Amino acid sequence: MPQSLVQIRGLKKSFGSLRVLDGIDLDVAKGEAVCVIGPSGSGKTTLLRCINLLEPYDQGSIKVDGTEIGYEEGGSTRKRRSERALAPIRADIGMVFQLFNLFPHLTALENVMLGLTKVRGISKAEAKDRAGHWLNRVGLSDKLQSLPSQLSGGQQQRVGIARAVAMGPKVLLLDEITSALDPELVGEVLSVVQGLARDGMTMIVVTHEMTFARDVGSRIIFMDEGRVVIDGPSRDVLANASQNERLKSFLARIEMKH
Amino acid sequence: MIAYVMGVLPFLWQGLLVTLTVSALVVASSLVTGILCGIGLVYGRWWIAWPIRIYSDILRGTPLIVLIFLIIYGLPLLGVDFGNYGSAVIALTAFKTAHVAEIARGAIQSIHFGQTDAGKAIGLTFRQRLQYVILPQAVRRFLPPWINAVADAVKGSALVSLAGIVDLTLAVQQVIGRTYDPLPMYLLGAAMYFIINYSLSLTSRRLEARFAYIRE
Repeated sequence: MPQSLVQIRGLKKSFGSLRVLDGIDLDVAKGEAVCVIGPSGSGKTTLLRCINLLEPYDQGSIKVDGTEIGYEEGGSTRKRRSERALAPIRADIGMVFQLFNLFPHLTALENVMLGLTKVRGISKAEAKDRAGHWLNRVGLSDKLQSLPSQLSGGQQQRVGIARAVAMGPKVLLLDEITSALDPELVGEVLSVVQGLARDGMTMIVVTHEMTFARDVGSRIIFMDEGRVVIDGPSRDVLANASQNERLKSFLARIEMKH
Repeated sequence: MIAYVMGVLPFLWQGLLVTLTVSALVVASSLVTGILCGIGLVYGRWWIAWPIRIYSDILRGTPLIVLIFLIIYGLPLLGVDFGNYGSAVIALTAFKTAHVAEIARGAIQSIHFGQTDAGKAIGLTFRQRLQYVILPQAVRRFLPPWINAVADAVKGSALVSLAGIVDLTLAVQQVIGRTYDPLPMYLLGAAMYFIINYSLSLTSRRLEARFAYIRE
């Protein structure tokens, strides 16, 4: 197995007395697209948010490309990195959100350019080129000057993807990126993600789209009650779903919703 | 009558200038201190946020006139004397700071936390998130109540007349002291305050329209 780009060991996290992540171990290799599925409250989103420290965690370790992301190593003490030290680490981990979270006062182009100019320090002209390239790639070359409020949900989410990918992240985290969309808009967003996966972008995808998980994800992680219950190649996991009671009932419930 | 009004206008004009200068000083300095306190309330650690919270609650719960007298007559007893004019400006600024801090706090907190998440996710530092993401959006929620507060500051500045500073209000009273004809002078004074504050509220409406692109 190639060296893992994302390495998670013994990750634990509680909200008050509620344990949300209960010892997660996960390796993601470079170029792999891992789909994380599981019932609501199983800890999928929290896991994703821990990877770029939008959510602090209590125990365990998360390394991206060999760097312990949230906490400084060395000695026996565990010290949370300062916001200033975290910023460049987060810039290398792209994230796309369920509710898009575009900046409403900026145009599509400016949304993508902001990180390039302010974080990567790229000149305005070059950032504009690069942002234009990615917006073109997600099929929005005619919407560069539109504000988020002038775009459909699917278009907004594609801007969100362009904003994350333009930064050139080592890994891309996608948090239920189609669940806030009207059904007819889901396809346009998923095909963009499919393209990125083909190009070898390393991705961790929290999703309820089973066909997507089967066709695009090389691996499926099934989480329940804060633990990884099943971890295996997508087709195998779905083909043998009947052998695991919890996965079977989860899939049956998803099936009913669609 | 017109000749009479024309005669006292230069004197009232001097008073109006004092009112405008006091108001401008108070509005400008409380804008800076108030926004800093508002940011401290939202993002500060407890040793920053708590003192601001206590300050704001006490100041907003104190009558302005008590505060003015406290600074003019109380502080000199402790050996600190800013003079009447300085004390009045300081008292009004201290009072207004507490109000602006609350307006800024509300405006910042009204921005969805997803905006902070998105800013963090592309690697913006705290200062960059404030500068490029949070404050540009918060400004729209901030402006309408803040302009109200500015209008309040203009009206509140009339209290400095009680400290013997000849602003518009005291100028009007002094003219009445000579003519013994209060009604026309009070109406004239009220009209001058109204013109200032009405232009402020028109400005407010224009600014709101200017920032209308940020949808709720």
